[in-house]
Parts: sequence; C-alpha cells; structure tokens
Amino acid sequence: MARSVIAEAEEQLRDGLESAAARVPGQLGRTGLLLVALAYVGAFLVLPLLVVFVTALSKGTGAFLEAIREPDAVSAILLTLTIAAVAVPLNLVFGVTAAWAISKYDFRGKGALITLIDLPFAVSPVISGLVFVLLFGANGWFGDWLAERDLKVIFAVPGILLATVFVTFPFVARELIPLMQAQGREAEETALSLGASGWQTFRYVTLPNIRWGLLYGVLLCNARAMGEFGAVSVVSGHIRGMTNTMPLHIEILYNEYDQVGAFATASLLALLALVTLIAKTALDWRNPDNRAARRKTPA
Amino acid sequence: MNRAAARVLPGFGLTLGYTILYLSLVVLIPLSATFLRSTELGVERFLEVVTAPRVLASLQLSFGASLLAALLNGVFGFIVAWVLVRHDFPGRRIVDALIDLPFALPTAVAGIALTALYAPNGWLGSMLEPLGVKVAFTPLGIVVALAFIGLPFVVRTLQPVLAELDRELENAAHGLGATGWDTFRLVVFPTLWPALLTGCALAFSRSVGEYGSVIFIAGNIPMVSEIAPLMIMTKLEQYEYAEATAIAVTMLLLSFTMMLAINALQLWAQRRQGVR
Repeated sequence: MARSVIAEAEEQLRDGLESAAARVPGQLGRTGLLLVALAYVGAFLVLPLLVVFVTALSKGTGAFLEAIREPDAVSAILLTLTIAAVAVPLNLVFGVTAAWAISKYDFRGKGALITLIDLPFAVSPVISGLVFVLLFGANGWFGDWLAERDLKVIFAVPGILLATVFVTFPFVARELIPLMQAQGREAEETALSLGASGWQTFRYVTLPNIRWGLLYGVLLCNARAMGEFGAVSVVSGHIRGMTNTMPLHIEILYNEYDQVGAFATASLLALLALVTLIAKTALDWRNPDNRAARRKTPA
Repeated sequence: MNRAAARVLPGFGLTLGYTILYLSLVVLIPLSATFLRSTELGVERFLEVVTAPRVLASLQLSFGASLLAALLNGVFGFIVAWVLVRHDFPGRRIVDALIDLPFALPTAVAGIALTALYAPNGWLGSMLEPLGVKVAFTPLGIVVALAFIGLPFVVRTLQPVLAELDRELENAAHGLGATGWDTFRLVVFPTLWPALLTGCALAFSRSVGEYGSVIFIAGNIPMVSEIAPLMIMTKLEQYEYAEATAIAVTMLLLSFTMMLAINALQLWAQRRQGVR
C-alpha cells in the first residue's frame, strides 16, 4: 500500500519534470529546430537527388531512353558493371578473411593492422589513381617491363580495376571487424569441439551470424566501386567506348553541355544509391531480431 | 588463458597471412612506392614544388574550405542529429535513411547535381542571386560540396551518443532551476562535444582529398578556386609526374597525421564516455 503511494508520487514527479523539460526549449523552439534541420537536409540532400531525376527527364522519357541506349553510354555501363563484378568479390574475400583473423585470434599489432586496413579511406581519390600511374605508367617502375611485353595497365581496363580495388579495399572489412569482434569466438569453439571442421564451422556457424553485416558491407563496396570517379579518372585516359566508366561518361557529356545525357546516366547511379539506402534501412530493421538471436548463442 | 589456448580455431596462419599479403600488394607497396618516387626529386626541389604560390594556394583552399564545411556541419549536423534522436515527426525514418546519401551517391553525380542546383539559373542559385550570393563557380561552391560530403560523418557519430544521453540529468538540471540554455550548455554539451569533435574531424579529413563533387561546382580558377587534388591532376596532364608526386606526398602526410589524431580522439572520447 505504502509502496504504491510512493510509486505514484514518483510517477507524478517524473511526469512534472518531463513536461517541464518539454516546456523549457518551448514548442516554438522545438518547431524552429525541426524546420532548420529539415531545411538543411532539404538543401543538401533532397534537392540534389531530385534535380538529377528532373533534369534527366526534362526533355521527356524518349530523350532519356535515347541517352542511356547510346553506344558510348552502353559501353560505359558494361565497363562499370564488369569492374564492380571483379573488384567487389576480391574485397569481399579479403574482408571476410581479415575480419576472421582479427576477431578470432589474439596477436600483437592488431590495432596497427586495423589502422592499415583503413588507410585507403585517408587517401584522396586522385592520389589513389596516381599511385598506380607511378607503378605501371609509361615512366613508372614497371613501365618498361610492361611495354616490352606490349601490356597496358594505365589508360586501360586493368588500371581502372586496380584503382577501384584500392579505393573500395576497406569497406567489407570495416563492416565485419567490429561485428565479429562483438560476437566473440565461443560459438565457433563449441562447433569445433562437437567435431565440425574449420570450413564447416565458418559455413554453418559464422556465416549465418554475419550475413547482414556482410551484405551491407558488400552494398557499400559496390556503390563505391560503380561510382568511383577521381581515382578512375587518373588511370583511365577517357577513351570513349573503351575505358570510360559511367562517372567518366557523365563528366564528358556534362562538359559538352549535354545536360540530358549527363543526368540520364547520373540518374542510373542515383537509383543505385537509392537502392543501397533502402537496403540499408531494411537491414537495420532486421537488426534487432538478429541481435536477439545472437544473444541466445553463447557469444 | 594462454596464447595457444586462445588459438584453438584453425586457420590462423592462412587468414592472417592472406590478409597481410593482400594488404601489402594492394595498399602498402603501392603507397610506399609513391613515397620512394618523391625522393627522386631531392629535398630542395620538393620544397620548391610544394611552396610554389599556385600549389600553396590550392592546399590552403582545400584545407580552408574543408574546415569551413566541417564547422558548418558541426552546427547544422548537430541540429539534424538532435532532431532525429529527440523529435518524432512524420517522415523521420526517411530523413534518417537519407543522411547516408553522400556515402552512397557517386561523387560525380553529387557534383553535377549540386552545380545544377546552385548555378545562377538553378533552383536555389536563382533564389540566392538577387541577394548577391554566388555559390556555383566560387570558393563558396566548394564549401557547399564539402558540406554535402561531410554531413553523414557528423550526424552518424553524434546519433548513438545522443541516444544514450541520460535524460534524467537534464530533468534534474531543470528541477534545480536551470534554464533550457543553461542545461544545454552545462549538462548536454559537455557530454557530446568529444563525439562532435570526432565527427567534424572525420568530415574534415574526407573533405581535404575530395575531388569528384568539387570540380564541377568550383569553377577551377588557379589561385582562387583550384583545390589541391585538381592541382595534382593538372600536373599529371602536363606529364609533370615528379611534381604531382610531391604534392601527393605532402597531402598523404597531412592526411595520415589527421587519421592518427582522429584515432586518438576516438579512443579518448570512448574512455570519457565509459567513465561517465
């Protein structure tokens, strides 16, 4: 009885304090803050996205379709897809391997290793391209060796691939390392003690636990691989129909004042970005279940 | 538990070996090669290149505009993060999802979109023009592009810390007679500022090297609106590889210093958070 009176009084006090807290910034202040935030997001995020689609369709859907069916556009789209199809799996395998090594074992220099994996994030895209020009370009370290064998890396597809792999290097690893470190290694150790092989342990214990984080890492890696501009711009040579990726194609058309053409190709990449964001939001919604499931396993 | 017992899982040598091999091939060897190439120039020539007026102006512009953009995001990113955590309004989830747009949208697309928007005949540019504000093709345009790129770093660093902020503390402050502003200044802000600083530093370090979103809106006038990455590009187009490398190495050294500083900052912020 006495306890419930105290609880009630406590509740009343808390309600009073909370409404006081709500009152102090004032309803006007709250609305003002909300409007400022929405205006900032609108001017910097919503309108840029909108302007891409509006400009792409400004001369009608016919002009839009023509722009993306044009042979140079098609070859740029194909090259972009090819580059992503090679670069993403390479960094996917690396990301899983690195996250496994870092999260499942103790060794010295782990912190330094994590910092080194992040290194490409701290490098300007232009420099990421330059690095490979200095190695494989005409007067680069391997320039003569490649020329003798009639091999081309810079101003050719392999250079674009190398620059893209470099730029997208940390994405999957970065997503998985904290996730797998939080999960610990007891689940895997239990599986092993029950007689599973190392591969089986990874396949049936680790992989199901990390699949959503892995998927998000892959999505981000893919978005960057398809959208990389600066690094690819340095190594590509901008040969139309040969070494032009979608972002480079956009640049050329834009500089030729072909607004509809540039924005039509840009709208395809903007759609990719939207799909990435939607998938991310969906994955975040799944996350609570995922986390609860993880808590049940001895982690 | 000793080390051997900690390594009951198989594959230590294989996974760590592959990690180090791939890291070396893709990142470490190419980056080291760049540093080695820059030594070919000799100290005197190196300094001459990076202190040439045009190069110096581009470095100043890249760092200055990045600082301004980070400050802008420090203020408005804070408000956005605050509103997303503390307010409930229709469409909150959509706005929250949109914050990551600069991570997902290719920089070239962002560049032409922002230029179209802020050009004198654009949706926003035509509204600003009568006020005498020119954004596109001026250094202000560079700040706008860098603010776009940096926004998610500030918001995403602040959000989790804001969400964990103990509202009881604020209520207690109110209960003790503090005004809203005092509560914010004396109770809320001291808890948040390490995260705010980390977010701004992350945005800053990303902005310094940014290229794609900037070159379309900048106008690229030497000494006025030519950013450092574009300077490297220009040198490359003139086949001045050694000069390009010298500028690149200067930027790399500055970026790596930033990266180490941010790592230290994050550790400190986490420790501060833990103590509380």
